[in-house]
Parts: sequence; structure tokens; C-alpha cells
Amino acid sequence: MSHTEKVIFEYSRDGRGAHDQWPADTDPAALADLPAGLRRRELPQLPQVSELEAVRHFTRLSQLNFSIDTHFYPLGSCTMKYNPRACNQYAMLPQFLARHPLAPEASGQGFLACLFELQEMLKEVTGMRGVALSPMAGAQGEFAGVAMIRAYHRARGDGERNEIIVPEAAHGTNPATATMCGCVVREIPVDAAGDVDLAALQAVVGPRTAGIMLTNPSTLGVFERRIAEVARIVHEAGGLLYYDGANLNAILGKVRPGDMGFDVIHMNLHKTFSTPHGGGGPGAGAVGVGARLLPFMPIPVVGREEGGYRWLTERDLPQSIGRLSAFMGNAGVLLRAYIYMRLLGRDGMRQVGEFATLNANYLLRRLAAAGFDAAYPQRRASHEFILTLRRQARELNVTAMDFAKRLLDYGFHAPTTYFPLLVPECLLIEPTETESRETLDAFVSALSQILAEAQNEPERVRSAPHTMPVRRLDDVRAARQLDLAWKPSAQQES
Amino acid sequence: MSQVPADLKYTASHEWIRTLADGTLEIGITDHAQHSLGDLVFVEVPQAGRQVKAGESCAVVESVKAASDVYAPFAGEVIAGNPALADAPETVNSDCYGAGWLYRMRVAAEALAAAGLLSAAQYQKVQDAEGG
Amino acid sequence: MAFIPHTPADVTAMLQAIGAGSIDELFDEIPPELRIGALAGVPEALNEMQVGRLMSERARADGVPLNFIGAGAYEHHIPAAVWGITTRGEFYSAYTPYQAEASQGTLQVIYEFQSMISRLTGMEVANASLYDGASALAEAALMAVRANRKSQAARILLPTTVHPHYRKVARAATGNQGLQFEELPYCTAEGITPAESLRRFDSQDVTALVIQQPNFFGRLEDVDALTRWAQARGTFVIAVVNPTSLALLKPPGQWGGTGVDVAVGEGQPLGVPLAGGGPYFGFMTARAAHVRQMPGRIVGRTLDAAGKPGFTLTLQAREQHIRRAKATSNICTNQGLLVTAATIYLSIMGPEGLRRTAAASHARTAELVAALTTLPGVRRAFPGPHFHEAVLQFDRPVAPVLRTLTVQGIHGGFDLAADYPELDHALLVCATEARTAADIATYRGALAEALKSARAA
Repeated sequence: MSHTEKVIFEYSRDGRGAHDQWPADTDPAALADLPAGLRRRELPQLPQVSELEAVRHFTRLSQLNFSIDTHFYPLGSCTMKYNPRACNQYAMLPQFLARHPLAPEASGQGFLACLFELQEMLKEVTGMRGVALSPMAGAQGEFAGVAMIRAYHRARGDGERNEIIVPEAAHGTNPATATMCGCVVREIPVDAAGDVDLAALQAVVGPRTAGIMLTNPSTLGVFERRIAEVARIVHEAGGLLYYDGANLNAILGKVRPGDMGFDVIHMNLHKTFSTPHGGGGPGAGAVGVGARLLPFMPIPVVGREEGGYRWLTERDLPQSIGRLSAFMGNAGVLLRAYIYMRLLGRDGMRQVGEFATLNANYLLRRLAAAGFDAAYPQRRASHEFILTLRRQARELNVTAMDFAKRLLDYGFHAPTTYFPLLVPECLLIEPTETESRETLDAFVSALSQILAEAQNEPERVRSAPHTMPVRRLDDVRAARQLDLAWKPSAQQES
Repeated sequence: MSQVPADLKYTASHEWIRTLADGTLEIGITDHAQHSLGDLVFVEVPQAGRQVKAGESCAVVESVKAASDVYAPFAGEVIAGNPALADAPETVNSDCYGAGWLYRMRVAAEALAAAGLLSAAQYQKVQDAEGG
Repeated sequence: MAFIPHTPADVTAMLQAIGAGSIDELFDEIPPELRIGALAGVPEALNEMQVGRLMSERARADGVPLNFIGAGAYEHHIPAAVWGITTRGEFYSAYTPYQAEASQGTLQVIYEFQSMISRLTGMEVANASLYDGASALAEAALMAVRANRKSQAARILLPTTVHPHYRKVARAATGNQGLQFEELPYCTAEGITPAESLRRFDSQDVTALVIQQPNFFGRLEDVDALTRWAQARGTFVIAVVNPTSLALLKPPGQWGGTGVDVAVGEGQPLGVPLAGGGPYFGFMTARAAHVRQMPGRIVGRTLDAAGKPGFTLTLQAREQHIRRAKATSNICTNQGLLVTAATIYLSIMGPEGLRRTAAASHARTAELVAALTTLPGVRRAFPGPHFHEAVLQFDRPVAPVLRTLTVQGIHGGFDLAADYPELDHALLVCATEARTAADIATYRGALAEALKSARAA
């Protein structure tokens, strides 16, 4: 396997191309109606390569990646579980792929039935009253959720409520989302055991409280035990509760956000419901709502009436926060999540939460025995847990980042590093339910060996990775000398 | 141990202030601040003529791992942003109290008095308290 | 079937290592009153064979109608290699390339994508993509408000020739941040936004002007005149462009001579199937001076510790995981897999393939319009140049006619009645290179019959 692949433009030769893929040329007379002033003068400088050159180039590039299909990928908070191939194959049936988004509902009843049933199943597993599928990623689902909270308060003549409370350990999207919704962020601390500091919460709620955004289990990898008390405090202050579904995998089939008192939730279908991450998208961030927020759901939603299924739009939901995508969100991702849920069924849902939790607690226990420090040793792990390498960083001068990079050499993708920000030198590790005990044991063995290396030959760890296509990259140079697009002259390999 | 020149004034948010010969004020970030940010990759400075309020964000310093706003210690008028930093943000790392200044302001005496600036000794205590 | 590999012996050994008596015990921190029983509303599991059958039946019921709808999503030929490679597990099942050393494939693809999109639009910098064309417009509006320091108004002129859904998304996504969109009426005779209509804003603070080319009616706007008006007064221009059309049409980087400030668009025509509306991807390009105001991921080329070139995410200090409440956007991901498909598509099509695709689409639409307007009661709504889409004016309501066509397996176009009620009985039609002369003849024949029976009724 080659470790270097040229940039595609370097293969380009004038006059070469995948001619057989091109349509027949058009008589220039057919273009005569396009005014010269609006025409392009020179063809765009795209690569000119044969089909085989393109296929080889991109196949080779794929081989430079770690992925779930090739490597254990215990990236905390990302739920990198097996993406069943069936979900892809049956979502890509030619009829589904050919369907135009504005095609009549009458000729899309099969497609709409899948989406409707997906809405119903998601309602059931989250304990919510309504589900809207159109948000295209977790962050957009968050946006929809907070926008609905604002719309709810405004509709009640309570528009002064513009404060969103987030725990300091929250994912960065929570405060960023609040800002996008025109809200002010109020951060509150968590206590030493990882639970929300109730006194701080009580002190911060008031007549300006729009709501609170919580992840449960939290970003610290532990279940928020006093969630009922949190819900009571926020509701009594007139605010609503937002559930960030990043960690839903931990509790699938065991506990439901709706039962915990949440008014709105987004689900990362690309995490819990195993649609592919695609190298960074597409995701899908469906939202679920309680009764109070039903009128405000983003459109379109799939409705069922006697004649069949149809899109519900602003005519049906006049108080909707509106449209967040040009068409129907990431429809193909929704089909994959639907297929996944049908394959798992109700018992499979419960097994997800159970075995994700079993794997995380097993891995935590074994790593603790191997000499690593849990950030919250007195707590059960949820589906993920945090190690802190503060001791190793201080004593050996080898950081969490060094351990992460060295893991790549051992054939494991690194866990999430340096998140959450409040735990120093942390690794956030999420094994997921689809990994075998042998894989977990091999991971423990790799981390143990790296720990030994950190003690005996620390430079080997500090300068890792050694076996990847590239060594550590110069991020400072990347940001100072921006090179964001290929240019023929400046790109001599040196 | 980071440097804290005795002849400058400071803020608790890690800016330094120098009074220039013509009475205008020069503002930058401290050695402690540049060190904790790491290698700077971008600095944005305010344009001359801008009126700023005390506490208003008027410059941004950015490294690969963090971005920080720099706040005006007092109200006044910006008379210059350091033009050299656009192409050489690393100057703030290498010479934060000299060529790495960020901007200059004209400030009324009462606004300056109201700002409650720290002496070098007082700022050193702030740093010590933060574990810097 | 939850894809769980554990044997009963594994479970026993693992619980023993943990020191727990049962899996249920691992949930003992959760208050018991919150625990649920069976999920009655979720059906029993199906195996893969059963799911395959269910999905195939549903797909068959929907069929593959002959499609003449465009309106922002276009049916083009997609070489088999595009998705054959895109769905390789190494692309399909990888995550955001945070660990650059283990993600050089994804990172280089994005760098090549940024390069191609920059060249296609004639703009200096591109990001790694946004969710779709509509959300890209919303992000561009927010970006313009941040980047146009001369303007205080947060006011955006939005012609009604911009896709109606895009206009709705822009409002929904930015309304809470105080942006004001002012809609510009179009010339009902020509279907374009007259540059003269901007004069009334001459003395006003306008942050940005949006120009869609080709516009929602498929008509070509006078982009140079509109752009020059904005350039003369410090108003930003946000271009919304169809990437296929750029093989034939002047790229936004050249509009008005020196180009626009931000150009966005829907990437779907570049190798992404229609698929009921998504996943697609939005692209965003800009002047280099605005790069720090861009939302979303950006990949840069740099050197590694040994001096070898490599790729990494860069300018991350703009993003939510660092800037939190002050980030340029809350967006985390891009649409990586779709960008992979588009990059392979553009490599296989190359400049000549894309030009031929654009030219053939233009020609097919002209043939379609010519064929349909020979029918009594059907005429072209707007004269003047268009790309691969056009508005037809009918002498009677369009909806019943479309229903008749649907029964015959033809999706005849997009009915404009709801979004443009002032255009009595108007239909937006599209034919790309994927439509043949026979397809057009089929449509014409069916439409003739449908109109005949509509008149008889």
C-alpha cells in the first residue's frame, strides 16, 4: 500500500478524459441564445484524467483512511458502531434514488411510509409526542430545538426569555446554537461527581430563562442522577428542557428523555441509529417534541390521512419555525435509519443500550487495572467514560495527545482527546455495542504497551505516529500559510 | 516564568497598556497571554477612527487551538491598529511588549482613571492566582 | 439483530471483571422510576431478507416515473464509478478527520474538492461544504453581515427570483439573529430582476444583495449590472449558482469584472442522486479576505514533522468546538460523503464532460419547450435566455393536468401556483441530458391528451 498519493491535478493531461461518460456534443447553434456577455470564456480547470486513473486515485486515497470497516474507532461521543451494509443497499434501491424531492406524493407512498414509520418509532424510543425528520445534522437539530423553545415563549407573549443554560462540560455546539438563536448563554458548573450543581442552577434560573440544554448521560460519561430535580427547577422557573441526543445510545431501550421531563430532543441518527458518518457527514438530526412544542416543529413532517401519506407544510403547521432544508433534509440517511430500526426491532433497541454499557464498563475496569486513572472512578460508566492522563503528563511528560497518536501505530483510531475541556489531559472512550471482547482486550493491551513505552522510551510516544501516511502535521504552518486550493506552480514536492 | 515589565499598566484579562510620549496609549497582550495561547496564526486589530466602549471586544488573537477577544480597557478612540500583524502574527509571540503591540487609543483622563488598571506587582498576583 | 458479537461466555466473563451480577445492575445509577419496559411501539425485528423484501416492495410501488421536474434538484447521468468508490467502507464509515494522520484520504479528497469548486466558481477559497444549497445561502447571509464591516444594517436584498424554499430557509435560519430580508419583485414580463429596481436603495445601508443565476425560473439575470450596482456602494454580493451551468456561464468570480464576495450553491447536480431530497451538499466559496468569516470545515495543505506534504483541518478557531458561543456557526460536519462523490464526478467528467452535460441539458430543455408550446393553450412565459429550465404558461390550472400525467408515469414539472400565484397557471419544466427525444415526445403526447380531456371536462 502506497503512503503517498499525488493530487489529482498532477495526473491531468490536456485532451485526456473519460470520454465514454460524456454526452454527445451539442450543435453550437443550440447555444446561440446564450448571450456572449453571460458566457464563460474558458473552460473550468478541472482535471483531465481517464476513468481508470480516477478510480485508482480515489481508491488509493480511501486506503489512507481509518474507518469503522477497517479499524476499532472508539471516538467518544461519536458512537462509531458498525454501519450495516443492508441499510445502504436497500436505501439505494433505484426507485428511491430516482425520486425527485418535489415529485407528487401519490407516486411516493412507499418512501413516505418509511419516513412516517420512522417518526413513529423515534417517538416511541424517546417518549416524545411528535418527531420531525428534516434537520440535516445534530447541530441543525439543536438549532431547531432552541428555535422551537424561543417560538414557544414568544407565542405565549413571553418573548423576554432569551437565556439558555448549559453545563460547562457541554459540547461546543450547545452555546454556538444558543447564539444562532439569538440567545444569551449562562454556563453552570457540575459537581465533583459529575452531576449538575443544583444550587448553581437554582441561582441562575429566573424570568429570563428560556431553557436548559443537557446531555444525559452527560459529556462526562455519567448519568445525571438528579434529572427529575433539574426538570422541576427549570420548569418551575418557566423554562423548557432540551435534550442533546449525542449520548442516546447509552440508554436506548432503557430510559426515555420524554419520561425524564425533557420538552424537546434532537437525535443523531448517524450515531444511535448507525447511519454512516461518511468522513464527516451526512448526518441527520431528527427532533422530538413534547405536547407544548408540537405546533412549532420544523417542516416538512410526514402526515397520514385516509388517502395515504402526505407532507405537512406551513399550511398544516402555521406556527412552525419553518423550513431548514431546501427539500426533505437528508432523506437517504433517514431511510438508512429506518432500515436499521426495523432490523433491530424492539428487543434489539434494548440490547444496544445494554451492550454499549457493558462494553464501556468492562473497558473502563480493565484500563483502570492497567494503571490508568478514570476521571470519575466512583461512578458507573455509561456507554463511554473518561480517562485522565494528568499523572502521566506530569510524571512522564507524555500527553494525552501523544497516547492518542501512538494508538494509531497500534492500529486503533484514537479516542476523543481534550474533550470535555474541564478534565485535563483526557481521553473520552466509547467502544459501542458492536465490538467484541477480543477487540476491547487488544485495545487494553495496546494502551498498556504505550504506557510502558512512555516510561521506557517516551520520545517514541511523543513523536508518534510513525507508521501512518504522514507524521504529525504542522498546524501552525497550515493556518499561517493558507494553502486551500491546488495551484500548479507552488506545489512542487520538496 | 513570564515577563511582567514594571513600567507598564495591566488588566486582569491579560492586556498591557503603555503611555506614549504624546499621551496616547498603546495596548497589547501580556507574555503570559501569548504563551498560553501558543503560536499565533492570526491577529485582527481595530481600524483607526473607531470609537470603543470600555470592555468592548476590539481585537482578536488566534492560535490553532484557541481564539481570544482582546477587550478595550477603557472607552476612547482607536488611532491606529498595528499594520504589521496581518502578515506576521508571530510578532506577538516573539515581542509581545514591543513590535507586537495591537492598537493605540486616545483616551480622556477620566476614562483612564475609571479603568482601574493594575500595576506590574498587582498583575503578577493575578497571574499567580491563576497558576500561571 | 443488533449486530452484537458477545457470546454468553463473554457476557459472564465481562460482568465478572466489572464485578456486577447482571447487565441490569450497570444501570443502577438511573432512578428506577424512570426505567421502561418493552417498547411496544417498535415492531419486532425483521431479518435482512425480510427487510430487503419490505423495502423492495415499497420501492416498486413508487416506481421510476419519467421526470421533468428541476426546481433545484436535477437528474443527471452519474458514472457507476462515482458511488462504487464513494461507498467503499474507508470513506463511508470514517468520521470527521480529526486525527489527520489517520484520515489523509478524506482530507485530500476535500482539498481536491475545494480546489475544483474554486476553479468552477472562479473564487479564491472554498470550504469543505455545508448541508445543502438553501442552508448555504443562510450561512452566506450571516457571513456577509459579519464580513461587511461598512454596513450596520444587517439587511439583505433577496430577489423573488431566488428559489422560494431557499428564501424560507434563509429566514428560518437567521431570523433570531435580527437579519432582515427584503424581497425584490421581479419583472413579470421577463422573469428577471431588473437592475433599475435597485435604484430606490441607492442611498440606503444594504449589507448584501443575493443573485441567483440561473434564477428559479431558469432565466439568466443580468449579473454584471446587478453586481456592479452593489460593488459601487459597498454592498456585498452573494451569488447562488448551479454548478453544472458554470461550465457554460460566466463564473461568479468574474461577475461585474472583479467578482462577487460569496458564492454558494447546491452541489447535488455533481454526481448526487435525487434520492427524495437528500443527502445533498451545499458549497460555499468566497474572496480570500473573507476566509476567517466562513462557516464550516476547511482543509489546508501543510507539511508534516519530516517535511512531507500532508493535509489537515485548518482555521479551526472559527468553529464551535473552540469558539463556542462566538463561533461563526454551530455547524460541525460537512457533507463529506457527498463531497467525495462530487469530487469523483468532477474528475471523471472533467472540463469537457461538464461542458457537454451543460450544453446537452440546455439543448434538451429548448427542445422540450419547443415541443410543448406547439400544443394549444401552452406558451412560454418569459422570453429571453435561460439555462436548462423554463416556465410554461397554461390556459388552465396546472395541478389537475399534472395529476393526469402522474397516473401515466410522468412527472411533468413543478407547479408554481403556490409560490407565484400572480403567474396564473404556470409550470416550471426541466430536461437534462438524461432526457431523450423519445422522452420528450412521450411527454408531449401525454400532455396533449391530458389537456384535451381537461378541456372536455
